[in-house]
Amino acid sequence: MRDLIESALKGLNADYAEIRIEERETTNITFRGRELDEIGHSTGKGGNVRVCVKGGWGFASFNSLDDLRERALQAVEQARMVGNEKTELADAPPVVAIVPPHIVSDPAEVSLADKHRILEEYLDLLWGGPEIQTSSLRYADGYRTMYFGNTQGTYTEQARTDVNFWASAVARSGGEVQQASISMGSLGDFGLVHRMHDTVAELPQKAVDFLKAPQVKGGEYTVILDPILAGVFVHEAFGHLSEADHVYENPKLREVMVLGRRFGGEHLNIVDGAKIPALRGSFQYDEEGVEAHRTDLIREGVLVGRLHSRETAAKMGETPSGNARAIGHQFPPIVRMTNTIIEPGEATLEDLLEGVKEGVYCSNWYGGMTSMEQFTFSAGETYMVRDGRIAEAVRPVMLSGNVFTTLENLDGVANDLEMNEGGGCGKGGQSPLPVSNGSPHIRLRNCLVGGR
Amino acid sequence: MLEEVLALAKQHADQAEVYYSSGRSIPVSFEANRLKSVDARESSGIALRIIRDGRIGFSSTTDVDDKEGLIARAVEMLPFGAKAHMEFPSSGNYTMVPTYDEETAAIQSASLVEMGNALIGKMHREWPDVVWEGRVSQGVGTTRLLNSNGLEAEETSTSIGFGVEGTLVRDTDMLFVFGRASSCRTDLDTEAVAASLTRKLQWAERVAPAPTGQVPVIFTPQAVAGLLLGPLLAGFNGRSIVQQSSPLIEKLGTQMLDRRITVWDDPTNPFIPGSRSFDDEGTPATRFPLINEGVITNFLYDLQTAGQAGAVSTGSAHRGLATLPGPGASVIVIDPGDTTFEDMIAGHKNALVVESFLGAGQGNILGGDFSASVLLGYAVENGEVVGRVKDTMVAGNVYAVLEALDALGSEPEWVGGSLQTPALCCNGVSVSSKS
Repeated sequence: MRDLIESALKGLNADYAEIRIEERETTNITFRGRELDEIGHSTGKGGNVRVCVKGGWGFASFNSLDDLRERALQAVEQARMVGNEKTELADAPPVVAIVPPHIVSDPAEVSLADKHRILEEYLDLLWGGPEIQTSSLRYADGYRTMYFGNTQGTYTEQARTDVNFWASAVARSGGEVQQASISMGSLGDFGLVHRMHDTVAELPQKAVDFLKAPQVKGGEYTVILDPILAGVFVHEAFGHLSEADHVYENPKLREVMVLGRRFGGEHLNIVDGAKIPALRGSFQYDEEGVEAHRTDLIREGVLVGRLHSRETAAKMGETPSGNARAIGHQFPPIVRMTNTIIEPGEATLEDLLEGVKEGVYCSNWYGGMTSMEQFTFSAGETYMVRDGRIAEAVRPVMLSGNVFTTLENLDGVANDLEMNEGGGCGKGGQSPLPVSNGSPHIRLRNCLVGGR
Repeated sequence: MLEEVLALAKQHADQAEVYYSSGRSIPVSFEANRLKSVDARESSGIALRIIRDGRIGFSSTTDVDDKEGLIARAVEMLPFGAKAHMEFPSSGNYTMVPTYDEETAAIQSASLVEMGNALIGKMHREWPDVVWEGRVSQGVGTTRLLNSNGLEAEETSTSIGFGVEGTLVRDTDMLFVFGRASSCRTDLDTEAVAASLTRKLQWAERVAPAPTGQVPVIFTPQAVAGLLLGPLLAGFNGRSIVQQSSPLIEKLGTQMLDRRITVWDDPTNPFIPGSRSFDDEGTPATRFPLINEGVITNFLYDLQTAGQAGAVSTGSAHRGLATLPGPGASVIVIDPGDTTFEDMIAGHKNALVVESFLGAGQGNILGGDFSASVLLGYAVENGEVVGRVKDTMVAGNVYAVLEALDALGSEPEWVGGSLQTPALCCNGVSVSSKS
């Protein structure tokens, strides 16, 4: 493969060129209700060429590898149509490396019959109650091997294995429908699928409880987030804003996002990094062949770093952080998060609850989005907090905030860090990208809660 | 090639179906008011679905030479496969819907670059403080279907479209405006998109406090697409009917919504993205109402869910390469009413106009609930738009708000290509905002 890539790249009339080739294989099993809905296997192979000429990019993606040289020449032509500035890419030392997949327990060693049987056990757990109307249960594993070479002498081969598991129970009473769900993933560990029994067993009761639970009145509350939802919060409320591709060509935003700007109190520390091992967002080299980093984003409340590709780093005069990623060969790499974490503080959950007369406690997650200034995220479960105690359950809420004020209003960080490995991130039409995020319990003052 | 796969697959199965799709597109991207990248993307692949002893086996590949592997993997799935509630269709007797345009198929990247430069250049000249980015794309896609009941069908469609986004940053205040259009041929109205971007920027120039509580909320066509359509259609999907998780089961023929509401699925609309002569299983595509004058009239079925529900396929099967087909809407058309957008605004002392959202589609859409943060919306005071609202959330239930409809717009618009809707003014939406 190295010869194939290097000979296609040789002597191209371009400032920079790279070729990425991928092979992938996916197995998925889906139950809807009690019935198996889909079991399937798919394989894929394809590649792309990305070329930069005078600051302009040309990109070509394809399935057939037959005319790789032709594709490279085509991408050069495309880049020539665009470029009339200067190619600026931050230095990345050339590497040659073959990286085996991180595997704890290989899904390929489990037969289809066994996967099917294990899922059926979960099906029984999901149907634990008379008000359960339906359920969905999905398992997927995927193998991806990536071959990458560029005109600066880098050649890498990397492989990864992802395991995903989703379950949801839907309860219904009259015209009301509510669901409780869980989403989990791992890097190379089928063992995950053996460890979900307790969590899944709770889902039907939760869905039934949501049916009976009242809705919160919309407005501002003191909100305490559990580590899982706080992980989603840091991803949405700050992580995306730290991606330099949003910032590097917008002079006003560069002023706002200047390093040294205070975002929060001294108890607030945020990092991102694929170098943190064995998580869903972990890898050794990014999709530009840059070695993975661990990047401090906020240190003691102050903005100290951001996430870069080689281009954004060069244009901002900063160091590349190894955050250029693509979900597949059809797409060019763009700046993405990897494993994003609020570092633990000193407090306990009890400390955070203390003194909250009426507030909201949210745990687990359903989803989240950001526009950079604003963000929203939604809880899997929600409880009222009354007089410093977690009280009655209410319908799961959606929370919303302004990035710049909400981090200032984050006034409590507990000491109980946990990682959330259930999520996939979407950006620029590329979704889902495996990421993880994590946090201890945190407390937000004056957080906007949607409701009736 | 496909014929070979089908012939081989038939030796292992009672029924077999081969689905092939291929596409190429040239997206050109603009960043920071200028051209950034020219792409060329190609993809193709084959999916095989077989039925033996009443069970379904499935596999797919993008490696079109891997016939044996494709068949072997589908056969391997058979013992575990889902129970089949269907037979593949035999007829290929379609009314052809035009979705291919030669002129569009011949477009090269240079004219896409020109088109993008013209639009972004114009917006940049008029609004120099706004940073513009965008994408213009042309594409050609082909679908082929063969099955063991004699079906042979093929269709090729063209597409052209663009999306433009403007970002205005004033210290930590950020404004985002978005406009887009797409079609199967070169009849895109860039002027109309430019005019709507200008209107959005003008209305958003000032910030105004949001009206809160249960106030009338006016959804622009873009907002209908962004927030209401998902939860509305979820209840019509054959899967949620079969699972009995739809609030609409046993409601066929029932008046649930305001009489002014009529909603069609119409994939026979010529040159509209999403239109087609047959669905992804080879069932003819037809125009039919989901809601007729407020009465729940039809659900969306593919072959499998129709078989499970004791109904017939509505030609609503959609599929990607790597998964089995499932039911879904194709081209949604909401009939207009008689209130102009201007009158909707003028008619209210206090109201909220919403345009785009953040976080739509989270929460319990199965039950028809919607909840989102307003990305772009405006406060109405004494019949006039007074400015953009910030830190505001809306929540409600789509069935409840369409039952208590206040006014139905008289100016239907195509939103992004596959939805035509007028603006809606709804009661029963809760609005909360940071003080």
